[in-house]
Amino acid sequence: MSKMKHGFFLLTIVIAGMAMSNSYHLQLLTFIGINTLLALGLNMLMGYAGQISLGHAAFYGLGAYTSAVLSATMNWSPWLALFAAIVLTTLVAFLVALPMLKLSGYYLGMGTLGFGMIVFILIRQWSTVTGGDSGLVGIPALSLGPLSLASGKAYFYLVWAVVLMCFVICERVVDSRVGRALRAIHDGEHVAAAMGIDTSRLKVGVFVLSAVFAALAGFLYAHLVSFISPNSFDFLVSVRIVTMVVIGGMASIWGSLLGASLLTLLPEWLHVFTDYEMVVYGLILMTIMIFLPQGLTRGLLDLYEQSRTIYRRPATSQEPTANR
Amino acid sequence: MQEFLQYLFSGLTNGAIYSVIALGFTMLYNATGLINFAQGEFVMMGALSMITLWMGCRLPLPAAFFLSIAGVSVVGLLLERLAIRTVRKPHPIVLVIITIGASILLRGLAMLIWGKDAHSAPSFSLHAPFEIAGATLLPQSLWILAVVLVIVTGLQLFYRKTLTGKAMEACAINKRAASLLGIPSERMVLLAFAMSAGMGSVGGILIAPITMSSYDMGMMLGLKGFCAAMLGGLGSSWGAVVGGMLLGILEAMAVGFFSSSLRDAIAFFLLLLILYARPSGLLGVKAVHRF
Repeated sequence: MSKMKHGFFLLTIVIAGMAMSNSYHLQLLTFIGINTLLALGLNMLMGYAGQISLGHAAFYGLGAYTSAVLSATMNWSPWLALFAAIVLTTLVAFLVALPMLKLSGYYLGMGTLGFGMIVFILIRQWSTVTGGDSGLVGIPALSLGPLSLASGKAYFYLVWAVVLMCFVICERVVDSRVGRALRAIHDGEHVAAAMGIDTSRLKVGVFVLSAVFAALAGFLYAHLVSFISPNSFDFLVSVRIVTMVVIGGMASIWGSLLGASLLTLLPEWLHVFTDYEMVVYGLILMTIMIFLPQGLTRGLLDLYEQSRTIYRRPATSQEPTANR
Repeated sequence: MQEFLQYLFSGLTNGAIYSVIALGFTMLYNATGLINFAQGEFVMMGALSMITLWMGCRLPLPAAFFLSIAGVSVVGLLLERLAIRTVRKPHPIVLVIITIGASILLRGLAMLIWGKDAHSAPSFSLHAPFEIAGATLLPQSLWILAVVLVIVTGLQLFYRKTLTGKAMEACAINKRAASLLGIPSERMVLLAFAMSAGMGSVGGILIAPITMSSYDMGMMLGLKGFCAAMLGGLGSSWGAVVGGMLLGILEAMAVGFFSSSLRDAIAFFLLLLILYARPSGLLGVKAVHRF
């Protein structure tokens, strides 16, 4: 079943890649892929382990800037730079997670928010290395041996291949012993601990995993656009990643794809509103959350079920809220 | 010494502003258990509407002051009525995203109303700056400290002496028990929203004469107010005041004696420090979990 799904997914990617000739659309799809990586990582943390992070843009930025600085300023090979970025992110995420994940709820949210803000401010102010507000230019394009990945189409395939790989990793993790342990932590940390689950080790582990995903996305982003500036990694970006997860549907791997697609495309569609863009964006965000608080994947399914029950028995239009 | 005093004055001024914003957060958190990420936008709206009413419409200062507060409070009411209460299954993270959506919406509306330019207002009174031991103290700083003092005393009286205030505190302690005793907890939530929005707008009104106000000023002020609330202890009114003052003073000292480039990082650094060392804050006693 799962193999078929992946085959289907792969086929969709190949067909989309062949059918797309417009470079703008291709780039948009590539951005969706990058955002899906971000959402996927955070979904492992939020949806499965039930821990919130309002500072994920920090890891995204850490990955992008480490790789960019090493490859553009110091002429490292981008792949070596990627390795360094992942090592650094793992280390930082580990150090942050150890004390931080003792907190929960708003306190954890605020701690990660504070960490994200500090990384953002450091990137802005450490201008001798990061270029500060004016950004960092001349990040080299990627190549795989003799194969150049500079073209839009090649990069599109690269990004989506990585996404597919991460999908498989996540599905494996979720269906494993570790995944069940994570869901147990989500439902009740004390219960999980009583069942013999080493909760703090698992929480730190999933935090590091999601940070590495974000760093990977940052690497792909930096080498795609070849110019990065601090504003791509500010607080609102962290918020956007959280929103992707929640709108797509928590604890749903495919929901991440949906949420990332929607939040990547939405600003593009809203450009027609020019000055009203922000107003409309805020309204859409609020409306989705008010009416489909479970996210789009669950919410739309619920609506479908509801309409079916109403159709069958018009008397009981009550929604099924068994376990509240 | 003179330098120190100068930094202390500017720190106290900013700290008082952070305290008011933090008080708004605290009040709402107590009544509803909700962190309102749109709080910073209330500050922005307070500042900009005051400038419009006072400078644009030539209203007398007190009228502009109270009208702005009333206007922003109504926006707070609308937020509760139209957005927060309509959620069917209020999971905290959903509420957080709704308030973030609201903050984007309000910022967008403010950009449409006031444009992208920064606006400024003159000081509340036209005294010359005072000289104290070589350091200058702006009259606006005195105004700010005085208003904040009035608000803090007023809040204490409200919680201690009035029935509504006591009812609100009862709701904060245990909502269910309060409603069993006949306290209309829904109305208390509504009141808390209005009051906390009003509190935010006071922060904005006070800060308008000492800074440039624009539609995007809210986020940073809101986040710093939040750091202040955390620093003092989320849910404690005195904690909000202490946290705000401490944040303001430390920020001013760090800027003065070290470097101004990391000014905005200080609040968040303190936030991490307090979360590591004492998550319940300097004055907070409540258990550290809620969600």
